[in-house]
Amino acid sequence: MTTPSRGPDGIAGEPPVPLGLLAELTHRCPLGCPYCSNPLALDARAEELDTATWARVFREAAALGVLQLHLSGGEPAARRDLLEIVAAARAAGLYSNLITSAVGLDGKRLAGLAEAGLDHVQISVQDSDAAAADHVAHRPGAFARKAALARDTVALGLPLTINCVVHRGNIARIPEMVAMAAALGAGRVEIAHVQYHGWALANRAALMPRRDQVETAEQQVAALRERHRGGLVIEAVMPDYFSGVPKPCLGGWGRRSLNVTPTGLVLPCHAAQTLPGLAFWSVRDRPLAEIWRASPAFSAFRGTGWMREPCTSCPRRERDFGGCRCQAFALTGDARATDPACALSADHGRVAALAGVGADGPYRFRTHRGAGPGPAGEAERIPAPSCRASG
Amino acid sequence: MTDAAPLGEDVRPRLARGVRMVESAAHGGRVLLAPERLFKPDPVAAAILELCDGRSLGEMIDALAARYTAPREKIAADVAALLRTLAEKRLMDLA
Ligand code: SF4
Ligand code: SF4
Repeated sequence: MTTPSRGPDGIAGEPPVPLGLLAELTHRCPLGCPYCSNPLALDARAEELDTATWARVFREAAALGVLQLHLSGGEPAARRDLLEIVAAARAAGLYSNLITSAVGLDGKRLAGLAEAGLDHVQISVQDSDAAAADHVAHRPGAFARKAALARDTVALGLPLTINCVVHRGNIARIPEMVAMAAALGAGRVEIAHVQYHGWALANRAALMPRRDQVETAEQQVAALRERHRGGLVIEAVMPDYFSGVPKPCLGGWGRRSLNVTPTGLVLPCHAAQTLPGLAFWSVRDRPLAEIWRASPAFSAFRGTGWMREPCTSCPRRERDFGGCRCQAFALTGDARATDPACALSADHGRVAALAGVGADGPYRFRTHRGAGPGPAGEAERIPAPSCRASG
Repeated sequence: MTDAAPLGEDVRPRLARGVRMVESAAHGGRVLLAPERLFKPDPVAAAILELCDGRSLGEMIDALAARYTAPREKIAADVAALLRTLAEKRLMDLA
C-alpha cells in the first residue's frame, strides 16, 4: 500500500493529477475571528455560483482526478442549497468534508447531509475555554453550539475532526484542547497555528506566541501523540517563523490541489489573490481541466523552474517547493523569493525579528459588512485556513 | 491496541465509517479515501478490501484462496497483516 503517484511535475507538458478541491461556497459567516482566512474584500451573495454550476465543477474535478472535496466558506451552512451541493458531490464520486463553524447548522440539517452522502465533518473550535472561545469567535454562545454539533456528528456516526487555531492567547491550552476533542468524540484534532496573512497579519503582534511558548507546545504535542497513539489522531502545524524550516506549500503549487472561490475563480491556493500579477480563470468561462492545465496562475509557480537560489540547488526543493509563495511576497515583496521562514533565505533575519514582535494586546475583529479596505490595506487578500502539511 | 492477539476468523472486517474505496481512472485504479488521507491499494490489497462487505474473515480467506494459488495459511497471514495495519490507522473496524 502506498500513497498515490503524484504524476509528472507539470514541467514537460502533462500537468500533475490533482487530489483535492477546496470549494469556498460562500464568504458569508456568522463569526468574526481576528485571524480569519477569508479575503478582506468579500464576494457578495448575488455573485455566488449556483447549485448547478457547483455540480458541474464537482463532475469536472472528479474527471480530472480530484478525490477529496472540502466544502468550506465562510460558513458553508449559510448556503440554503447545501444539501443539494452535498448530494452533487456524492453523485460525482467525491469524498466530501464539511468545514463548518457549527453556527447555523443544527443536528437535523446535519442528518440530512449525512443522508445525502456527506463523508466527514470538521468543526473549528476557537479554544477549550468557553468564554475565551466566544471572545475570539466574537459571538456569545458559539462554543456551546459547536459542542452540540460535535455531539450530533458523532451520534450520526460521521467521523469528526476538531480544528483549533492556535495563537499567543491559547497556545498554553493545547492539552486542554486535545482533551476536549477526545471528549467530544473526534477521531482527529488539528492544532494549526495561525497563518499570518490577511486579518491575521493585521493582528500579528497580538497573535504571535513567544518562542518559549512554541517550544513548550511542541513538547506537549509529542507527549499527547504518545498518549493517544492508536486513538485520537493529532495533527499539529507549528509556526514556521520559529523553526527555520518553511512549511511545504500544499504538496506544491498547482500540483495537488485547487481552490474555487464563491464566484468561481480557480486559485492554486486560497491566498493566491494576495500575489500581484496573477490572472485567474473562472469556471463560468472554461472547463476545470483547461484551467488546471493552462491557467497562467497555475503555471506561474508549478514545478521548480521558477525558483531562484538558494532553492534552485537545494535538496529540499521538491519537498517544500521553496515554501509559501504568499508569505514570500508578504514579507519580501517578491513572490519568487525563497520563503523567508527558511533559514537559508537572505531575508530570514526579518522573520526572526518578527517572531519577537508578540505583545499582549486587543484584537481587531474581522468585520463582515461593507467589505472596504481592511486593517492591513487594500492589497491583502485571502490567506490559508490552514495550509496543512501534505502527506 | 497494538497487542497482537490473533485475529479470529469470525470477525467481520469493515471499512471504518468515513472511509470509502473509489475507482478513479485518473489515478489508475482503486483509491481508499479517509479524512484528509488517501491510500492507493495494490491489486491484492484492493481485492481484500473489496471483500470487507460484512462477511467474516474466514469467508474472505476462503474466497481469496479460491482465486489465488498461495496456501491458505499464507493468505490468512497476509490478510490479517493488512487488516491490522489498516485498523491501526483507523481505516478498518475489526468487530
Ligand atoms: S532553500 Fe528553498 S527549497 Fe531549500 S529549504 Fe529553503 S525554501 Fe526550501
Ligand atoms: S498560502 Fe502559501 S503555503 Fe499555503 S497554499 Fe498558498 S502558497 Fe502554498
